[in-house]
Amino acid sequence: MGNKQTIFTDEQLDAYQDCTFFTRKEILRLHSRYHELAPHLVPMDYTNEPDCKLPLALIVDMPELKENPFRNRIVESFSEDGMGNLSFNEFVDMFSVLSEMAPRELKAIYAFKIYDYNVDNYLCKEDLEKTLNKLTKEELTPEEVELVCEKAIEEADLDGDSKLSYADFENMITRAPDFLSTFHIRI
Amino acid sequence: MANGGNFSVNICEEDHDYENLGESGPSRDSFQVFKEPACNVRGNPEDIQMEMFTKNSDTSDSESTSSSKESSNVYRVRSLQRNNWSAATRRVLSSMPSRKTGLHSSAGMAVRARQTCALPKHQTSSCDSLHIPRATQADITSPEFEEISTEDEGNNLADSGLWCAETNKQQLVSDLRGVSEGEGMRKLRAMPLSLADKMEIRKHSFSPLAKNSVINRNVPCHNLPCMYLSRMWRHCRYTPRFSTSLKLWHSSMKKLSGRYGTGVLSYFTFLRTLLFINLLFFIITFLFLVLPQAIHPPPDSHRVSFSWIGLLTGIGYLSQSLMFYGYYSNITIKTTSITSVVPYCIPTAYVFTITMSFFIICIILVYSMSKSFGKSFQVFKSDGNLSENVFCSWDFKVTKKPSIRLQSEKISTRLKEQLSELTSGEEERTLVQLFRNFLVHVAAWFICLASIFFSALGIYLLSKKAISKMHQNLDLLFMAAVVSGFNLLLPGIFNFCAWMEKHNSPSTRIYVSIFRNLLLKICIIGVLCYHWLGKIAVEQDPQVSKCWENFVGQELYRLLLMDFIFTVLYTFLGEFVWRIFSQKILRKNRKPVFDIARNVLELVYGQTLTWLGVLFAPLLPAVQIVKLFVLFYMKKNSLMLNCQASKKPWRATHMTTVFITLLFFPSFLGAAVFVAYTVWIIKPPSECGPFRNLTNMLESVKLWAERMKDYHQILSWLIRAYNAFTDNPLFLFLPSGVFLLVIYFRIQVVDGQRRIIRRLEKQIDDEGKDKKFLITQLQYLYEENNPNSSHRHRGR
Repeated sequence: MGNKQTIFTDEQLDAYQDCTFFTRKEILRLHSRYHELAPHLVPMDYTNEPDCKLPLALIVDMPELKENPFRNRIVESFSEDGMGNLSFNEFVDMFSVLSEMAPRELKAIYAFKIYDYNVDNYLCKEDLEKTLNKLTKEELTPEEVELVCEKAIEEADLDGDSKLSYADFENMITRAPDFLSTFHIRI
Repeated sequence: MANGGNFSVNICEEDHDYENLGESGPSRDSFQVFKEPACNVRGNPEDIQMEMFTKNSDTSDSESTSSSKESSNVYRVRSLQRNNWSAATRRVLSSMPSRKTGLHSSAGMAVRARQTCALPKHQTSSCDSLHIPRATQADITSPEFEEISTEDEGNNLADSGLWCAETNKQQLVSDLRGVSEGEGMRKLRAMPLSLADKMEIRKHSFSPLAKNSVINRNVPCHNLPCMYLSRMWRHCRYTPRFSTSLKLWHSSMKKLSGRYGTGVLSYFTFLRTLLFINLLFFIITFLFLVLPQAIHPPPDSHRVSFSWIGLLTGIGYLSQSLMFYGYYSNITIKTTSITSVVPYCIPTAYVFTITMSFFIICIILVYSMSKSFGKSFQVFKSDGNLSENVFCSWDFKVTKKPSIRLQSEKISTRLKEQLSELTSGEEERTLVQLFRNFLVHVAAWFICLASIFFSALGIYLLSKKAISKMHQNLDLLFMAAVVSGFNLLLPGIFNFCAWMEKHNSPSTRIYVSIFRNLLLKICIIGVLCYHWLGKIAVEQDPQVSKCWENFVGQELYRLLLMDFIFTVLYTFLGEFVWRIFSQKILRKNRKPVFDIARNVLELVYGQTLTWLGVLFAPLLPAVQIVKLFVLFYMKKNSLMLNCQASKKPWRATHMTTVFITLLFFPSFLGAAVFVAYTVWIIKPPSECGPFRNLTNMLESVKLWAERMKDYHQILSWLIRAYNAFTDNPLFLFLPSGVFLLVIYFRIQVVDGQRRIIRRLEKQIDDEGKDKKFLITQLQYLYEENNPNSSHRHRGR
């Protein structure tokens, strides 16, 4: 573990290590992955924190995300501008939340954001329908889709406004022990 | 419903829910009170309020979902939505405080700002949470985080939002400052803020630490390793996952999970965990037992020539080596410099090393088991409901296109099944069908239990016969081969029985199959252990009792090897050749599916053999390490070549918990009991091994303690304290009594919390009903006051 890398200062690496679930080596590996996506755009020297953002189209081309039906929503949820342009910080943040060691509450918050297509802080029926269509890739008939959405909302909706707030969603997630292992991307 | 299980609040069947809960809360009375005015609007048939209220009187069905109400429910769900509401109602609704929080965050990006009041720390008692105003939505479930609004452009409340953000930030920083470093790091990492915000908070909260790192960097070079060590130590301390931090096989496992999903990955993760456990065991025994004995070989050793058969059977060359118990002597090493002060007594080292290793492994297993249980709260829950399947079933790790397609199909099938279950209810089974099912079940269980019984009997008879054939080399392998053969064949029979039985849910099938496999392995190992301890150790058969531990160690070594050889053969023949056969000759495109449960149980079985045998063959963990290593690559390649991803759902977290429990409960504890019994009760043979001429192995420790008293002051104090501790039963009763009290206390606390959760759920339910009631009353009052506009709206 030599001190030969010049991409980040030691302070920066310390900060990354303290604020995310990654070690130094993993942060450096993430930087090389980020750099691979657009070698001419991404500088190799991050010591003065350059302001470089990669567009959505490049990020969703990564092998880990390419076939994921929710790839656009995942990247959009972690971008500041909501359009999917990720800086390196946001890139690291995304994979940190999706890593194995992120706690359930943190993952639930971001899962809620991902499934909330119209970004209104609620999972309404349209959000669920879109999620379901992405999941099943048009294998269910429209009537079945509607029925599933209604049943799902019925089951999870606690305060009875026929849509799922974050509290409803989190309550449902705590009963699904598999959520932690499925909501996980290895990088 | 009342026990807080599946809490489904159906909007239109709320009265049903009340009946189910068996309590009549205040809202119900309020419904009754307002029934009068509701009846006045009976003239407007389109008003659903009326239907809701009259439903109160018509309800007879207390089940929450039934097919006859399906269509009417669908209509009602739709009609409670906003179509029939007037503009005024909608305006009131949209300016409710809970909806307002959504406005701030919808400045284009994901939720960053919520006007949550800053909550006290999560250690406040749950009673306080009952008084939190309803305006804050996410409070009750997430007391630990507060969010900062970073961008609030173009908003009326932007200023107050920013002010609130500032105070929130100050609150966060002060929260983090007040706690220890580790706790603070953990809290910081778990906050749902952007990385830039987190770094800023970190700068403010942990500034003394930041200063320290600056100072450290100015320190000269020879302190650099210490700095790295301390940083690594800090990181390791706060992420206690030693097996993943070593990152063995990371890329292979990533490829596997990309193709096959989390289920298959759990098998390989389990394999890796076992590898590390064995590595730990091996390091301890090697350092403290094998190495000293290797450096000081016993005087009476005579070398036998090496032969390959000897390697397989364990006799010959290996039996006179460090591998087996017989080689170790009861010498006390006094020659080197350290040991002249405190002599190193091999027998005592033997007992202590094995005991300490078992103790450490026990702690590790209990820790990982409790963490696993913590993650999957309800281990024995049924298959999950619809909403879970929609949101939690997509495996994000899968990256290959065909596997993704397979996953979509799997989820669609599952959803369709659940839909059909819900809409059609339980199938009506005729009596004949029930009886036939029962007979099939009985037949299947009879076949399985009979096969287990006969295989155990066969092994018992064979083991009795094998004693007389001590010196024929390859015949010794026969019994081990028979055991492995049974282990391979009988699961096939169990699979056939399971196919015959056609269980309703896949998880029942998995549990039944695991139970049968487990029963088989327990019976086989039980018969063998009884044979070894009950017969061989006690009988005075001259051929065997000369060095029976060697014999037992060799038996276990042979069992382990045979198990490995048979696994290799099965992987090659069962998967590779079968695939070629089915593709070329049968012309089917379906590859076999990787049977996770069976393979994991094989791993647990191998590990049990290792733990049983470590007392008699201290180098057995090394054999197991090599075996696991080869097994990983073999299984991985076989999987990639021959198998396809499974179509059945597999609940990975749940099953991992089950497997670790199986590893601990029958496997490790059984081995520990076996070892304890051997160490305590059985008389070691008088001609070989480090415990010759003693009544049992523990006596060596006592003798050593006696001798040590004269050598060293501190040691004698320790020994005296230990003797006082164990001789006086009070010292055992007191700590166990304290532990039991603590456990009882914790159970009561958890019960109390569960009761409070149920009360809170009920309160949320009541509030929801109040809200709906108020909305409909509002609408009704508005329509009463403006009859003209209500006519216009009704036309919609």
